[in-house]
Amino acid sequence: MTYAPDRFVDHLLGAGFDFFTGVPCSLVKTVLAELERRELYLGDTREDAALGVAAGAYLGGRTPVVIMQNSGLGVSLNALGSLHLLYQIPALLLVTWRGFEGKDAPEHLVMGDVLPRLLDLFGIPFRAPLAETMDADVRWAGATLRESRRPVAIVVRPGLFE
Amino acid sequence: MTLTDALATLAPAIPEGTVCIHANGYIGRAGCAARDRDENFYMIGSMGLAGSIGVGVALAQPRRRVLVLDGDGNVLMNLGGLATIAARKPANLLHVCFDNSAHASTGAQPTISGSVRLDEIARAAGYRWVGRVETPEALAAEVPAFLAREGPAFLLVRIALGPPGPPGPRIPWSPEEMTGRVRRALGVAR
Repeated sequence: MTYAPDRFVDHLLGAGFDFFTGVPCSLVKTVLAELERRELYLGDTREDAALGVAAGAYLGGRTPVVIMQNSGLGVSLNALGSLHLLYQIPALLLVTWRGFEGKDAPEHLVMGDVLPRLLDLFGIPFRAPLAETMDADVRWAGATLRESRRPVAIVVRPGLFE
Repeated sequence: MTLTDALATLAPAIPEGTVCIHANGYIGRAGCAARDRDENFYMIGSMGLAGSIGVGVALAQPRRRVLVLDGDGNVLMNLGGLATIAARKPANLLHVCFDNSAHASTGAQPTISGSVRLDEIARAAGYRWVGRVETPEALAAEVPAFLAREGPAFLLVRIALGPPGPPGPRIPWSPEEMTGRVRRALGVAR
């Protein structure tokens, strides 16, 4: 069962998220297209730069979402460690799970294997929704982020979105 | 003209209410020593991201002026940041790069900005205005006009390495205090 991208964007907005940046991944291309259609998405050149923009947006009163492939999580670790986690600047990381269960192109296998452990190691709480749990997981992300003032992640498995 | 000299000219002229994003290393320390304000944000890590943070604030609060105080090492670490600023064209964003061609806080190791013109990169990226000053007199003459420019505007300030050691004490605010302080100053609840 897949989840509709327009419904996903509606839920993000409903949970209070109002600033969208990142770097694309094919697993969320329909979500990005929906955000572009609504003129809500400002892409960046690198995932850590997108996190910097998101941090600035938070300082200015927004609640940001940063979309990235899990390869970009590697690029992002210093920004997360020495900006967001340090300064208590929250962001929802929408991280795709390339290399899921070891079935993917070779460049994705290492990060695909360590992704959940890497998020745990950095103290970033996450959910990896199924279509059935998505609504609750988006609400969880909004509530957890506001309560903790820390980044949280939604990990997108292959085939989740239409 | 050292970083401290340049900030002695620039900092008092910054209009009230302007958000100042300071790059890490000596820039934040010198900026805090020159003129600490509630609207000042000091990066102590996340090298390279001052311009990115600045454009985020500028997009979130389009009616507020945002001034990024950056350095050559920082700009070189995230050249894509110049591209993003130039592409999004925030009219309320001003970007200063203090360029001493060195990583001053790690022991003054040279950067490549002596042979790569960062102001020309900003111009090619598409900043609305780009300038370069190399003397205290030229800086003093440019500051009032620069602070009133329509952004994105980029001013490269050539500076000399200061005396060894930091140009000011460590930032007295904890990182999370800084987040709350800036947000309150911007009228956002913490």
